[in-house]
Amino acid sequence: MPTVHFTDAEGAVRDVEGNVGDSVMETAVRNGVPGIVAECGGSLSCATCHVFVREDCVSQLPPMEDMEDEMLYGTAVDREDNSRLSCQLRLADGTELFVTTPETQV
Amino acid sequence: MGTQAAEQPASATTHPASVPAHTGLLIIGASQSGVQLAVSLRALGFDEHITLLGDEDHRPYQRPALSKEFLQGTVESESLIFRSNDYWAEHNVELVKGEYIVRIDKDADGSGVAHASSGREFPFKRLALTVGARARKLDIDGGDLDGVLYLRNADDALALKARVGDATDVVVIGGGFIGLEAASSLQKMGKNVTVLEFGPRLVGRAVGEETAEYFLQAHRSRGLDIRLNTSAARFTSNADGGASVAAVELQDGTVLPAQIVLIGIGVIPNTQLAEQLGLAVDNGVVVDRFALASDGSTVAVGDVANMPNPVPGSEPGERIRLESVNNAIEHAKVAAYSLTGRHEEYAGIPWFWSNQADLKLQIAGLCNGFDATVLRRDEERGKFSVLYYRQGRIIAADCVNAPLDFMAVKNALAKGRNIPADAAADPATQLKTITTDS
Ligand SMILES: Cc1cc2nc3c(=O)[nH]c(=O)nc-3n(C[C@H](O)[C@H](O)[C@H](O)COP(=O)(O)OP(=O)(O)OC[C@H]3O[C@@H](n4cnc5c(N)ncnc54)[C@H](O)[C@@H]3O)c2cc1C
Ligand code: FES
Repeated sequence: MPTVHFTDAEGAVRDVEGNVGDSVMETAVRNGVPGIVAECGGSLSCATCHVFVREDCVSQLPPMEDMEDEMLYGTAVDREDNSRLSCQLRLADGTELFVTTPETQV
Repeated sequence: MGTQAAEQPASATTHPASVPAHTGLLIIGASQSGVQLAVSLRALGFDEHITLLGDEDHRPYQRPALSKEFLQGTVESESLIFRSNDYWAEHNVELVKGEYIVRIDKDADGSGVAHASSGREFPFKRLALTVGARARKLDIDGGDLDGVLYLRNADDALALKARVGDATDVVVIGGGFIGLEAASSLQKMGKNVTVLEFGPRLVGRAVGEETAEYFLQAHRSRGLDIRLNTSAARFTSNADGGASVAAVELQDGTVLPAQIVLIGIGVIPNTQLAEQLGLAVDNGVVVDRFALASDGSTVAVGDVANMPNPVPGSEPGERIRLESVNNAIEHAKVAAYSLTGRHEEYAGIPWFWSNQADLKLQIAGLCNGFDATVLRRDEERGKFSVLYYRQGRIIAADCVNAPLDFMAVKNALAKGRNIPADAAADPATQLKTITTDS
């Protein structure tokens, strides 16, 4: 099963097993991981599903589309090079992803 | 009112013997608002029992995709579910599906019993009404034919999906957000779609004239047949008098073939229970800034609530009922504070989105009362924004495929900052860079 390791801004870690095809955002929200708000439910409209992806995991991810890139300029905590919107990250078989959630999403 | 209740002797509040006195919070309506209320309460450390009850037979799910991705079949129904069953169990929230509350008996102390149509009773110490709204019905001849549909809940969406395969022609009645979203989805699925709008422009008053006109042109250029100032006179079946709709007859006698008629002419807040409880009702359940209804104990949240305008600086006494995910979430948080004894006023900048074909609309703020607009149009990159101003200050923006503009305006409004109109007119200028402190 794909696994996502969520670290919050204080350093607490939660390991959540997800389903192939689900997004990182869905995996977080369904299980109540607090650092992800995801108001728009994944329709790339809210930028409240921002995560920082651990550098060595970045290459596993699909490239960013323009819309995601532009939305990332409006996140509550400023973007970094490893920022992504977690609703755009789909889990594949064997995915193991380490992400950190920002201090706030709104 | 409040003092009167407090002066009543304690013996005046009697519970039926069978009902336990302390049975926690009953949330009626298990959708965007009800779910958020339960989640926020647990996050705040509320440790009493929570019953999250709804009449639908599905686990609580997100509605927005019903007219978009779910209709088009690009997301699975499982993706729309808010929280896993494990989450509810771990957080000690009792989820009750398929129970429709028909009547509530409530005592002066706020506790009482809710009665479901099944006969089941749900006692409570405190009550939350998150009952939302229902689709407004169009009462004309043929309205009860098979294939005349609405789109408010998952069952509506499933009924629509079930008919789509056999349909060639669809008539959508109502050029509001849901009508246009569904029309775009159905067009993408290869249907021949006509949209009838009774008014002189699309989307009513939710957006300004320029945005409405932009959508009209954009949809028409994508092949959608939109007819303004047009209403249906009746729906008819085949000449052999079948049970299914076959055509829509317009007021001027025109006949449009239609194997599906989808009606999206707005919603009516579900105030029946509030009325029965004697709560103040006026286009929704009237609540104060803390989401409390007129009895001072019941909270009402989301689409069903008529509340003081939450936009900072709005006219005192101005009231509003909002129908959006953002409002359901933020309003529920305020109610959660109220229920845990912390008084936090509802204040914030509403925002909204609507996806129609390749047009991604994002709205920040509320445009009502604007006295000037600034248009930013980038034809080449398909971006379009309207910025709304009142007395020189930005109050809202409609942004199509322009997330940078949306984010800049949303952030400026949230921080009480301005984006001067004269500098904003050049679409090449990034709004973020010209935002000023006052
Ligand atoms: C097709 C569609 C698309 C949308 N798209 C968007 C969008 O893109 N962006 C956006 O911001 N918003 C969108 N919305 C609006 C958004 O979904 C609503 O604002 C939101 O669902 C309101 O949540 P609520 O919980 O207040 O009310 P509701 O979602 O209406 O939920 C109320 C629940 O209470 C139940 N109920 C009512 N009476 C009783 C009773 N007596 N007993 C038991 N249960 C009862 C109802 O069946 C329902 O399940 C859309 C809505 C629809 C229908
Ligand atoms: S959930 Fe809204 S942008 Fe990702």
